[in-house]
Amino acid sequence: MSATSKNGSAGPQDVAKGLGIFSFALGIPQTLAPGRMNRMIGIKDDSKSRMLMRAVGIRELTAGVGIFTDRRPTEWIWARVAGDTMDLALLGSALRSKSQSPARTLAATGAVIGAFTADVIDGVRLSRASSNGSEESEPEQPVRVTAAITVRRDREELYAHWRNFESFPAFMAHIEEVRSTAPNRSHWKARGPMGMTAEWDAEITDDVSGERISWRSVEGSKIDNSGTVRFVQAPADQGTEIHIEMTYSPPAGAVGATIAKLLGEEPAIQIKDDLRRFKQIVETGEIVRSDGSPEGPRGRRQLKQRPAHPLAEDEVAAATNTGGTS
Amino acid sequence: MRATVWSGRNKVRVENVPDPKILNARDAIVRISSTAICGSDLHLYDGYVPTMRKGDILGHEFMGEIVETGRDVSNLKVGDRVVVPFPIACGFCNACTRGLFSLCENSNPNASIAEKLWGDTTSGIFGYSHATGGYAGGQSEYARVPFADVGPIKIESGLEDEQVLFLSDVFPTGWMGAELCDIKPGDIIAVWGCGPVGQFAIASAYLLGAERVIAIDRYDYRLQMAREKAGAEVINYEHDDVREMLREMTGGRGPDACIDAVGMEAHHQHTGMYAYDRVKQATRMETERGYALREAIYNCRNGGTISIMGVYGGFMDKFPIGAVMNRSLTIKTGQCHVHRYLRPLLQRIENGDIDPSFIVTHRMSLDDAPNGYETFKNKQDECVKVVLKP
Repeated sequence: MSATSKNGSAGPQDVAKGLGIFSFALGIPQTLAPGRMNRMIGIKDDSKSRMLMRAVGIRELTAGVGIFTDRRPTEWIWARVAGDTMDLALLGSALRSKSQSPARTLAATGAVIGAFTADVIDGVRLSRASSNGSEESEPEQPVRVTAAITVRRDREELYAHWRNFESFPAFMAHIEEVRSTAPNRSHWKARGPMGMTAEWDAEITDDVSGERISWRSVEGSKIDNSGTVRFVQAPADQGTEIHIEMTYSPPAGAVGATIAKLLGEEPAIQIKDDLRRFKQIVETGEIVRSDGSPEGPRGRRQLKQRPAHPLAEDEVAAATNTGGTS
Repeated sequence: MRATVWSGRNKVRVENVPDPKILNARDAIVRISSTAICGSDLHLYDGYVPTMRKGDILGHEFMGEIVETGRDVSNLKVGDRVVVPFPIACGFCNACTRGLFSLCENSNPNASIAEKLWGDTTSGIFGYSHATGGYAGGQSEYARVPFADVGPIKIESGLEDEQVLFLSDVFPTGWMGAELCDIKPGDIIAVWGCGPVGQFAIASAYLLGAERVIAIDRYDYRLQMAREKAGAEVINYEHDDVREMLREMTGGRGPDACIDAVGMEAHHQHTGMYAYDRVKQATRMETERGYALREAIYNCRNGGTISIMGVYGGFMDKFPIGAVMNRSLTIKTGQCHVHRYLRPLLQRIENGDIDPSFIVTHRMSLDDAPNGYETFKNKQDECVKVVLKP
């Protein structure tokens, strides 16, 4: 594939190389002279901040090496996006607390926002280019996730639980409501990252009692998705294996999927957590809550835990209202 | 209520926090009468266990009185006196059904954190980082106990708190360490570490039929307890060559089984060796200083068993797998499955086979917890076990 686009301006591969050089230009002084860099961006220069600066430098160098040595630099550009996000968080906390020179820190923040924008634009262009290069040339790559869990209940019982779609919000963290609209049709309402919501209609395409259920969204749905859940007898007396396979097109494409991952909404973890919650409900009677994770297992909460001390009254109410109880 | 709160590396404070509330139908609230600082709490205190957060309440060894029960707890009532096991277990999943309570598949809401760290999750554990659930611990006035219909054991005899408190962790943990050795008549067992778990491992090995037990530590006062209270022969590794002594004491065979009751923050008499792992651990290039485990493996009899009860958090360097493989050693380990030992060990205490209170050296009020941590960590004042009274 040509590295230059048709109109002669720099293609995403060239921009990637440029960002790679930028990684080196930043990473080398960060690693070798962390103290100087600390002072340059106006944060307190101590052994802790030097170690952090050095770590950030090593990350930059790794991204640089990755961009130059990997034939497909796309993932490394997304790694840079993740790195930028981390830097913004660090600078944000520096601004809030220990910045020695807020003006310098603010300037550094501006620079990182610039790099972040360039990284995201290039990442999107590279991701598009690679998916356009594929045979089907779909504009967005659908996301496919699989997960499995073993539950100590028999197949018929689990199938019956699962066939009752309207109970899904009790264990699916992102499903707000499921309504049956016809014998094989249902209407779904989901919460996405950053307060986005989505609704669609789904139909059952295959349904074998005690064995499997397949569904897909009906044509014209905003979120195109399909999937199959299978119930398989586990060896010996261990109950039933639930295997789930899902394909969907994320609302905002590759960017949406990446942002969702950064917010702890990675589909593979989400679906595993949903299965864990389902297992908790059918094995123990309800979703298991701790002080750190009062809503039960949820991806986002696992990135940002509450301290492990008892909840105040209002926190109890909030936690037990979300995520559903049985 | 007052509670002992982790507030950064080497910092604990006793603070006011909200009282615990029932969150699940199978919860109970316990008013704590006695609670202890565990050696594994020191790994949290020292900052070597990842996923701690400031504000976390510590403590997983506690007992007290039931003051409230959720609607699905029918086996306990207000006023019951209970000891609470440190792992939280649902009692129904495949792991619990097999007696692997510390691997309960349902009780850790942060299973995906643990999965990243260890490949799969453990059960939830009270006051023991967010990878094991983010549950508030029991070094406090009250604690919420999930799955209270499965875990707590009622104490109906007139035994003192200090005689039964250690059923929560260190007694069953030491017991399981000895049980994993699969002791046969004539077996000689070596135990590295004479803290509370080591003391109970020694006593348990005798109760399980060991011929002789050899204890290894560097503190004479702990070795003295091991000798006088638990009946061990002792080696102080700072004065004696462990390998030479063990070979001598076992007719050149080596101990039939070796119990590691030390874990991730071991010490070594050779400065260079110690510095190597100390530096790597401090810079987070490895999480364990594994001298005790390496030494246990190296000195175990051909075909023998290594039982690891000391806590490890992540990754160790220079693991002598060559000795394990070529000499047919078996490694057995695990966080203690406390639930399965509660009744039989309570029976042993009631029978007078053992009085676990022999390990207690310090009694303090809950408000003195910071002092308790420092005393225990630095082995001041011949400290073996600190019991806190809320």
